[in-house]
Amino acid sequence: MAVAQQSDGPIGSPAEEARAHSALLRLSSRALSLILSVVLTVFGLLVVTFFIGRVVPVDPLLAVVGDRASEHVRAQAALELGLDLPLWQQFLRYLGDTLQGDFGNSVLSGQPVLDDIARFFPATLELATAATLIGVLLGVPLGVLAATRHGRWQDQLIRVVALAGYSVPVFWLGLVGLLVFYAELGWVAGPGRIDVIYEYSIEPVTGLMLVDTLLAGDHAAFVDAFWHLVLPASVLGYLSLAYITRMTRSLMLAELGQEYVIAARVKGLSERRVIWRHVLGNIMVPLITTVALSYAYLLEGAVLTETVFAWPGLGLYITQSLFSADLTAVLGATIVIGLVFIGLNLLSDLLYTLVDPRAR
Amino acid sequence: MKRRTMLTAMAFSVGVPATLTGSFLPAGAATPSDMLVMAKNIDDMITLDPAECFEFSGGEIVAQMYTRLVTPDPKDFSQLVGGVAESWEVADDGGRLTFKLRPGLTFHSGNPVTAEDVAWSLQRVVILDKTPAFILTQFGWTADNVKEHVRATGPDTVELTLVNRFAPSLVLNALSAGVGSVVDSKLVLEHEADGDLGYGWLKNQSAGSGAFRLLSWKAKDAVALEANPDFYLGAPAMKRVIVRHIGEPATQQLLIEKGDADIARNLSPDQIAKLTASPDFKLLAQPKQSILYIGLNQKNPILANPKVREALRHAVDYEGMVTNLLKGQWQVHQSFLGEGTFGALNDNPYKLDIEKAKALLAESGAGPDLKITFDVPNTSPYIDMAQAIQGSFGQAGVTVELIQSDQKQVLTKYRARNHDMVLMYWSPDYLDPHSTTDYFARNPDNGDDAASKTVAWRNAWDIPELTEATDAAALELDTEAREQAYLEIQKEVQRNGAYVLLFQQVENTVLRANVDGFISGPTFDTVNYSGVTKS
Repeated sequence: MAVAQQSDGPIGSPAEEARAHSALLRLSSRALSLILSVVLTVFGLLVVTFFIGRVVPVDPLLAVVGDRASEHVRAQAALELGLDLPLWQQFLRYLGDTLQGDFGNSVLSGQPVLDDIARFFPATLELATAATLIGVLLGVPLGVLAATRHGRWQDQLIRVVALAGYSVPVFWLGLVGLLVFYAELGWVAGPGRIDVIYEYSIEPVTGLMLVDTLLAGDHAAFVDAFWHLVLPASVLGYLSLAYITRMTRSLMLAELGQEYVIAARVKGLSERRVIWRHVLGNIMVPLITTVALSYAYLLEGAVLTETVFAWPGLGLYITQSLFSADLTAVLGATIVIGLVFIGLNLLSDLLYTLVDPRAR
Repeated sequence: MKRRTMLTAMAFSVGVPATLTGSFLPAGAATPSDMLVMAKNIDDMITLDPAECFEFSGGEIVAQMYTRLVTPDPKDFSQLVGGVAESWEVADDGGRLTFKLRPGLTFHSGNPVTAEDVAWSLQRVVILDKTPAFILTQFGWTADNVKEHVRATGPDTVELTLVNRFAPSLVLNALSAGVGSVVDSKLVLEHEADGDLGYGWLKNQSAGSGAFRLLSWKAKDAVALEANPDFYLGAPAMKRVIVRHIGEPATQQLLIEKGDADIARNLSPDQIAKLTASPDFKLLAQPKQSILYIGLNQKNPILANPKVREALRHAVDYEGMVTNLLKGQWQVHQSFLGEGTFGALNDNPYKLDIEKAKALLAESGAGPDLKITFDVPNTSPYIDMAQAIQGSFGQAGVTVELIQSDQKQVLTKYRARNHDMVLMYWSPDYLDPHSTTDYFARNPDNGDDAASKTVAWRNAWDIPELTEATDAAALELDTEAREQAYLEIQKEVQRNGAYVLLFQQVENTVLRANVDGFISGPTFDTVNYSGVTKS
């Protein structure tokens, strides 16, 4: 009875307990290794960004007090910033502050770097998300179409379109887009996130202009924000589309030659089912990586697009900070981007386990 | 069937925006008639506190928000008129200035502007001691003595006593700079933290009595100003002014063409030519007091040779560069005080003369194969100019190696006196010739650890006589004698200085044809939005 209870009982039996224990160990070990990898990556990021920032042959005080400050003003600023300390002590101080969530104040905006990032990052998030949506919604079907029409005119056309997306400088594409669709045709709104007549009546809640205008219940402002987003998102979306289309096509081509595809067709499965369920299902893991990489690339800051469209995003923030030798801002923003990369990697890992049972 | 599925998927992704197109349309461009929208590169703006602000964009905005004790007359910038001060008197010995305040002035907060506010504002600049504080501390005011020397002597009277004597005109000119802004002490002190005199708060706020108050400043994005209906010169016609940060000139051009901006501030010569060919736009070309020069480091024995320096001044194609490269953005000007400044020398004796340059180099005995490095900021128009200079120096027999770097990197090297030649830009700190002369013709200590790192020091130009002459000019009470002194100093620097003085900036602003009353003025903080109207 006891044995039967042990073998039948789903819970509490020694074997089950051992299995549960073992699963828990595996989970803990995986979580631990994950945490360790995140900690090491972030630490590496901190070390590299800090020391690169310090070896740049630019006087850091120039950004803080300018070129014409007197020597005692410079000395006072150096003291406040800890620049008089040995490099390793500066690093420890920086590390301690960062771990407590204090990234310091940006020299350029005078605001805490985290506040700046909280203001600039949503603009980039909104743009990158819209662009990635365009890239995925158009890029995946185009990639599938190109692969299934391999060598035919549809394939050639899609390859040319994708190649152009890769080759044409995004900066030029943005300017031409503005010239044609904004200046000449008037189909879209101009540079910036929203017209000045709405800008100061919308309370920033999420920082995402589309969401904030909706929350404010201002339909006209929402429409305006939408039309401001269309062109930069399309330009960036084209870049994303080019990458996703090419990757989807090549992944599909590799998969279409597999025996299981022939077997499925021989079994009489419809072509639609073979392509969209079996083949696409099997390339889903590398495709997720492709989309995640593309998204991360856009989140990192599409500097040129943001410059052309006067889009106050993270890329613009980092670049201007770099040109102004505002290293506090550069370091803070780099860490945030690093964390976004890590976060997207973790998200991809999670998605693998959802779409591919072998990864569980 | 399969084709239909794929096409459906694509049609869906295209169809969503297409459907949206049907239901909403983008609003038509054109700014409201009582709103001024300006496209400008404002990425240098780091603070709006008048005690700290020393950047071009920030200084321009501060000038709209605050009234100063005295201010340059927009009709004639060489003259000063009262701002917060209605009148002033200078003691016979020039050591004391007494200001009587304009009655009935109020701050944006509604608080009255008092003599205590004036004294507190100037004291605050000295006590905080940020970068532009030297404009006031040069008078001998320190954190310890400023309350004794800058004080309200009555409800509408302020008295300033100078510890270090300077010409009264210099003192008044210095007070017309941003540091002379009168700040609402009651409001600022409400936001004081740990005795910081409101420094932490005022960075991105306004507490003035100027034509506009700050509505919002989003760094690297936009500044929004709102009209002050109680401004003492009358309420501005523009209820709101938006200065949008547009870094890319091509985008600025599109915005003004489309009517989404009324003014574009950073256009290239070609863009300006295209726009102003249309009757929809007009150009405001304003000579600024900013100059471009080549610094010649006297630590390099070749450049320390006066004949070599003279030869180099003859080996620059000034006119050619203005015509072919700079196209109206800069004009030839070979002295350090810009045209339009009190005491400026407007004589341009040097022209490209390769033969003369060769002869001078031969006379110098510096040797046949002269090689010099040339540090240049890696942005336009510096690179093009440097290449042109490299070419003409080459014709004269001087081989120039260009070193292009980020501007701050060039400055770092320049401040360390590690350059041979450097292409650099200068803009005065306030509207008085001493501001620039102090840097170009004064070097009280040429040692490597000197406290004063003037332009003369950076080029290791040891000039005890000129330093004395500069100090004397700053003290001269007689206006004509003072002007003469600056002319003499400039002539000496032009002939023998450690510089090749090249050009004076002309700021080109493009306005839509319906915009009037925008004033640029000779410096960054003489820009004035308050008189702008739109028809």
